[in-house]
Amino acid sequence: MRDKPCQESRTHGRIPGAERRARGPCVVMECFEDIPCDPCHDACRQGAIRPFDDLNHLPEVDFDKCNGCGACISVCPGLAIFVVDETWKDDLAVVRLPYEFLPLPAPGDVVAGLDRSGRRCCTAKVIRVEKTKRHDRTAVVWIEVPKALSMEVRHIRVGGSARGLHEG
Amino acid sequence: MRTTEICVIGAGPAGLCAAIAARDMGARVTCVDSGDRPGGQLVKQTHKFFGSRAEFAGKRGIDIARILAEQIENDPLVELMLESTVIGFYDDGAIGIERDDALTFLKPARIVCATGASERMLAFPNNDLPGVYGAGAVQTLMNVYGVRPGKAVLMVGAGNIGLIVSYQLLQAGVEVAAVVEAMPQVGGYDVHARKIQRAGVPILTSHTVKAVHGTRTVEGATVWALGGDFRPIPGTEQHFQVDTVCLAVGLTPLADILWQAGCRMAYVPELGGHVALRDEDYETSRPSVYVAGDLAGIEEASSAMLEGTIAGLAAARSLGHSTPDFDERLAAARADLAALRGGPKGEKVRRGLDRLMRLGREVGVVA
Repeated sequence: MRDKPCQESRTHGRIPGAERRARGPCVVMECFEDIPCDPCHDACRQGAIRPFDDLNHLPEVDFDKCNGCGACISVCPGLAIFVVDETWKDDLAVVRLPYEFLPLPAPGDVVAGLDRSGRRCCTAKVIRVEKTKRHDRTAVVWIEVPKALSMEVRHIRVGGSARGLHEG
Repeated sequence: MRTTEICVIGAGPAGLCAAIAARDMGARVTCVDSGDRPGGQLVKQTHKFFGSRAEFAGKRGIDIARILAEQIENDPLVELMLESTVIGFYDDGAIGIERDDALTFLKPARIVCATGASERMLAFPNNDLPGVYGAGAVQTLMNVYGVRPGKAVLMVGAGNIGLIVSYQLLQAGVEVAAVVEAMPQVGGYDVHARKIQRAGVPILTSHTVKAVHGTRTVEGATVWALGGDFRPIPGTEQHFQVDTVCLAVGLTPLADILWQAGCRMAYVPELGGHVALRDEDYETSRPSVYVAGDLAGIEEASSAMLEGTIAGLAAARSLGHSTPDFDERLAAARADLAALRGGPKGEKVRRGLDRLMRLGREVGVVA
């Protein structure tokens, strides 16, 4: 029905490879389902997120143009966009993630790093919390995690914030 | 009897957009809603919307409600009647409106019916215990009134509503023990599922509620697995200690007014139940009665807004109003709607609409 040349692989154009991640901060788009949505394209000032031919296509990133600015993180209604910087320190990477829970952590706080299933996989230090009018109440939290976990940690638990019963 | 050019029943996303579009064409509009503020379901939708810029993608439902309402509030062409319930449709085309315990009548030249949907119930032992809620009520309690429905919730249904309300429960500081879903896969968007999974909420597909327990209120719930034939499998029971069970098992169009108006209805499961046969302009088999939004077929708020725009434009034009941008605006709304429904997640709705339009052609509602 539709022409889907960019979608041979669900991860190609959305998940940066190790070689790209070693070159500096870049976006990670965990958006693998064709739903009608395109605000990420409008948010990108680098021209790195290609225009959508069809609203239902997956976003496609030009990782040579993406500079990891993170302007797309808080505009994604699916909270599916992250920025990973594996050049932060020798052993530590930074993961920037969208966060819509209270209390917000503060820089310097130590929080639990959670993987995609909500299991605690490390402790993480909060580096920065972005929350301006542009973020429209979706804060972007920068956390420092072991480099090996940069592609695993996708959520945090701050103190007594809400959680499911089955968390690891 | 009071008259108006266009009466819009319901001030949700579809109704507000119908009122705005008709007003833009120069029509005199009366918009009636039973709620105490305009916006319908938008007033509790604290999440950011999908779609494209025309449907306010990236904006939160609560903010879209305000943006839409501001476009008609204090407009001399638009009367917004809140806390007013349409209770009847009469043979002469008049409608009865109950407000402050008094009944008044209004005779509009056109009606755009945008009453939305009601929630489905699920049959299981003790489903009448206090603590068993519909997802809409949970959302209203939390996001409109700031009241937590309970301390720990079992969510039933992994469509978008079940997933979104689970996320909002977590935001409100409520534990979500699990989401159970009778189908073998999550029905809602993958990104919504991921948001709650990474917060530690398990989604149990091919599972349903066996029973809810408690004496005066909910004290727990038992779920069990479903086999390929949707039959429960004894021995697979799991117990959850929760004080709230939230049902998000689907919506059905709230079509009472259309039945009363004698509109030709059809049962289209893909659209949520009985829906009115209607043409491309959303006009039903009863001339001058239009439909829009969930009432016309269960979809998302984004498509409801576009349907409202189409119905509002068409109703105003049928009264002789016109604007230079009419054709352009109508075409844009139709194209945006087609784009929204164009993906794999829109397949079911497309199938339902094909069937509805085919039935409409058979009886001459659609040319």
